[in-house]
Amino acid sequence: MAHLTSTPAHPTQTLTGLIFNVMRFALNDGAGIRTTVFFKGCPLNCRWCHNPESQSYSPEILYSLDRCLSCKDCCSACKTGALQWDGRPVRDRSRCTLCEACILACPADARKLIGKRISVSELMEVIARDQVFYEESGGGVTFSGGEPLAQPEFLEAALLACHDRQLRTAVDTSGYVTPSVLSRIAGLTQEFLFDLKMMDDTKHRWFVGVSNEIVLHNLALLSREHPNVKVRVPVIPGINDDDVNLEQSCRFLEQLGLRQLDLLPYHEIGVEKYKRLDASYGMAGVKPPTAERMLELAARCSARGFIVRIGG
Amino acid sequence: MNDRVARLRQQSLDLQPSLSMERAGLMTEFYQAAPKGSVPVIRAMSLDYLLRHKSVYIGEGELIVGERGPAPKATPTFPELCCHSVEDLDVLDTREKISYSVSKDARRIQCDEIIPFWSGRSMRDMIFRQMTPEWKDAYEAGVFTEFMEQRAPGHTVLGDMVYHKGLLGLKTEAERALESLDSSADADAPTRREQLKAMMLAADAMIHYAARHAEKAGELAKIEPDPVRKAELETIAEVCRHVPAHPPRTFQEALQTYWFVHLGVVTELNTWDSFSPGRIDQNFYSYYERDLREGILTREQAQELLQCFWIKFNNQPAPPKVGVTAAESGTYTDFANINTGGLTPEGTDGVNDLTYLVLDVIDEMRLLQPSSNLQLSQKNPDRFLSRGLEIVRKGWGQPSIFNADRVVEELIRQGKSVYDALCGGISGCVETGAFGREAYILTGYFNLPKVLEITLNNGIDPRTGKQIGVASGDPHAFNGYDDLFSAFRRQLHHFIEIKVQGNAVIERLYAERMPAPFLSLVIEDCVSKGKDYNAGGARYNTTYIMGVAPGSCADSLSAIRYHVFDRKTIGMAELLETLHDNFEGKEKLRLLLWNKSPKYGNDDEYADRILQSVFDAYYDDINGRPNGRGGSYRVNYLSTTCHVYFGSVTGATPDGRKAWEPLSDGISPAQGADKLGPTAVLHSAANMDHARTGGTLLNQKFTPQILETQKGIDALTHLVRGYFKLGGHHIQFNVVTAATLREAQRQPEKYRDLIVRVAGYSDYFCDLTKPLQDEIIARTEQGSWGALRQTPDATSGNKLPAAAEVVAHDRD
Repeated sequence: MAHLTSTPAHPTQTLTGLIFNVMRFALNDGAGIRTTVFFKGCPLNCRWCHNPESQSYSPEILYSLDRCLSCKDCCSACKTGALQWDGRPVRDRSRCTLCEACILACPADARKLIGKRISVSELMEVIARDQVFYEESGGGVTFSGGEPLAQPEFLEAALLACHDRQLRTAVDTSGYVTPSVLSRIAGLTQEFLFDLKMMDDTKHRWFVGVSNEIVLHNLALLSREHPNVKVRVPVIPGINDDDVNLEQSCRFLEQLGLRQLDLLPYHEIGVEKYKRLDASYGMAGVKPPTAERMLELAARCSARGFIVRIGG
Repeated sequence: MNDRVARLRQQSLDLQPSLSMERAGLMTEFYQAAPKGSVPVIRAMSLDYLLRHKSVYIGEGELIVGERGPAPKATPTFPELCCHSVEDLDVLDTREKISYSVSKDARRIQCDEIIPFWSGRSMRDMIFRQMTPEWKDAYEAGVFTEFMEQRAPGHTVLGDMVYHKGLLGLKTEAERALESLDSSADADAPTRREQLKAMMLAADAMIHYAARHAEKAGELAKIEPDPVRKAELETIAEVCRHVPAHPPRTFQEALQTYWFVHLGVVTELNTWDSFSPGRIDQNFYSYYERDLREGILTREQAQELLQCFWIKFNNQPAPPKVGVTAAESGTYTDFANINTGGLTPEGTDGVNDLTYLVLDVIDEMRLLQPSSNLQLSQKNPDRFLSRGLEIVRKGWGQPSIFNADRVVEELIRQGKSVYDALCGGISGCVETGAFGREAYILTGYFNLPKVLEITLNNGIDPRTGKQIGVASGDPHAFNGYDDLFSAFRRQLHHFIEIKVQGNAVIERLYAERMPAPFLSLVIEDCVSKGKDYNAGGARYNTTYIMGVAPGSCADSLSAIRYHVFDRKTIGMAELLETLHDNFEGKEKLRLLLWNKSPKYGNDDEYADRILQSVFDAYYDDINGRPNGRGGSYRVNYLSTTCHVYFGSVTGATPDGRKAWEPLSDGISPAQGADKLGPTAVLHSAANMDHARTGGTLLNQKFTPQILETQKGIDALTHLVRGYFKLGGHHIQFNVVTAATLREAQRQPEKYRDLIVRVAGYSDYFCDLTKPLQDEIIARTEQGSWGALRQTPDATSGNKLPAAAEVVAHDRD
């Protein structure tokens, strides 16, 4: 097993963070082959969010009805009595300690823990596995979410640990964070991926749930304090792909001197999740932009001097 | 490609393979006349008889000439090795997939002349007569297969000797060796004399055969009205008068030299994996470069000649096996494999301008045969790899990619000199060999999960109830995992012993009765030793037994260790009963075993260590055993399509696989067991020590979307480089979605040209058997974040549990 010799534990390595996925061989979150660490919890509530399970700051247990065998092994395995059978497993959150016994017991993989507290050293062990691939490809680690800056101490410790191992890092943020936190993190990572959803604040409040004032402020701050900021705009047909928003966004970025722009086409991966969640999906009926449309938008941005990529 | 090439290629694609009785008839005539002489001399005389009387074919527009049969796709048979029954011919003629048309005449000849003479006299008959009951039991149970019951040993690749010396030069060397034999000092001198005489006869036979082509080309030139074609035919005549007797002078002569040698080898006997030219970019570079420099060849002409050369391979379907059933379709592929790049014999970067031309030819020809590969060294430029991956992304499975540095290391570790190792490469699917100087004979596949199944039944094969293994202990009484594993080792040892003892008999039969004087002439040291290739004449003589399904085997051991011994979630008795019942009424337990056991392919130490222990057990028992040809046994891991056959004789396994379903292929994880993406798979696979093998085969399936962008191609480049840095031997890619493959199953007529990577070769998807098609669909599809990673779903024939990353989720 390709274990790297572990470096002496940094005091911060015992910190834990709430992580809902560590994805190896990620290609769309920065240069090269990367491992993307998804932090759980997000201050925004984007209607098009394709990872609804990333939003809450607490661990959750996902239950897949279509896999469930109704064998009740999960309930038998529960040591605290939190899980009871009532036509389906029903969890009493006040008694659940998230010990994962029910998950381990489920033969059909119908239960899945979303969000697990892990220490920096545990995280680094997974990250370090692919060191050879980062080196070959000029890749590294991307901290994403959720919102990684919503867990700043853990993020900071993880970034320092990556730095110790000479791993290149990127932080993928919504920008909705306290500016001083952003400043602190800015010195610890080689690259920022910064989401810019829309310029109109009223629309932003409606579709994202919060004002964009702090987001725009932070982007301006970062443009001064960090040499490598890549702006990512999700292209949501009918919502932010209008000429006005495009014009305003481009002008704003030009003012800040930011040149790198990723256009991320909206996709419907989340639709099914919402359906099964019985949650209303704000994007019903919205179709992904066509490839031609993406190329057209990209061409317009390129013409203005942006270095544009579709899909990041 | 130009009109000529397009036409020849289309003709090769359109022609329906047929069986030709020409060779069998000539062979029978020859032996009926009861020739006198030693066995090797008679074999050489039989080759001479064949080459004097078989039809000479020069097709319209051809630049490289010579066919194995009387015409393209007319496939000869080898009754002295194995003789087709009439029923075989009927099945071959009528079966839906991989059929060979058999004319009424051919059927009659087989019936009236071939079968009466060869029945009971073929090598196959002799082999089966001499095998012990224990061997037959294990063979029938599907513990192992035996290659030599259908085809002769071979498994080698031409080096560069023949280009330097020509057949006449080699014949002269044989003559000198014969003159220097000293009967008073060497008790084997009389045997050697016969071998050398045979090799000399074989050289003459081939030179005469080339002369017949020269003659035919000359005749055609005389009556050819078109002056351009007339000149071409005159050139062909001149080429065939010169080679392979003499060293080639031009690029065309070099290609034609190989082709005649190829025809000699595959006409003499039906050698496994046909025969291969090896590293053609290096072997032919000096001719190419000189012709360009002297202005007698353009790059376009060189490309055209190579394309014509490619078509020759595609014209030769594999001679079909005997004892076929409608279900066992096989493949037309005869496994010739062309190496590109790698290292020079001096250890420097072997990529040259011809390498890129060869890659262009591979790309443009898009033919199943010959197969092709990149030998990728750290010394090779990335341009070479990315050019190769541009072809890979087109999704028809070629070229596969090998770690050239590791190949050299493997050969050195087996005791080859550094120079000879640097002259090596791979052939067949993934097999490592020192080209031109090694007989590396594959003797059969070995079913690792079956051995575990027999272990769990204390020596009994549950499929038949027959005691075929040793009594390795009642599993109910095992106190821990170590007890289980040592019982597995005992059982493994038992069957390897049986296989090796059988091999010894078969090896001797071939050495004594079926020498290959022509092949011996072109492989180094057979002449100087005065010894036949099949008797240990080559400089290096290796015997392989190929381990199949280490993935399924390790996953099964892992599931038992985890659930029965570590966590005690299941009792041994319950597990054994459940396996016996093929999980009937125990779907819950099956899912638990499948979903909740550590599995190989996930960079998981628990499962990967078990895989390593299986690897070590197999290696320790086989590696270094002496064979009967003065060399040693080695291991490698490839399954071709045998994981489907082995699966069909192996009951339910503790990893949650149902009875008779396919096992894992090569060293790939079980279909759908890997869930953490390609880097995790590569780590798991690299944990075994590839340098101790003579080849491993790793399949990866990627979604086409991931390779649509340059970024995707770059990522693949880095994956390959990273895997090789970790020590991997080989990797190959399918770039196709499961959805496309399912659609092809539903509407085969629309997907006739869909080619997929099967094992160490590509094949038309629609020509594969249904279980094999299902197995390929079930292989994990690697995407990346955003392009979802998909594991098999319930609609795949493999019936693995649903496990797509995004499914119906519900918060509880």
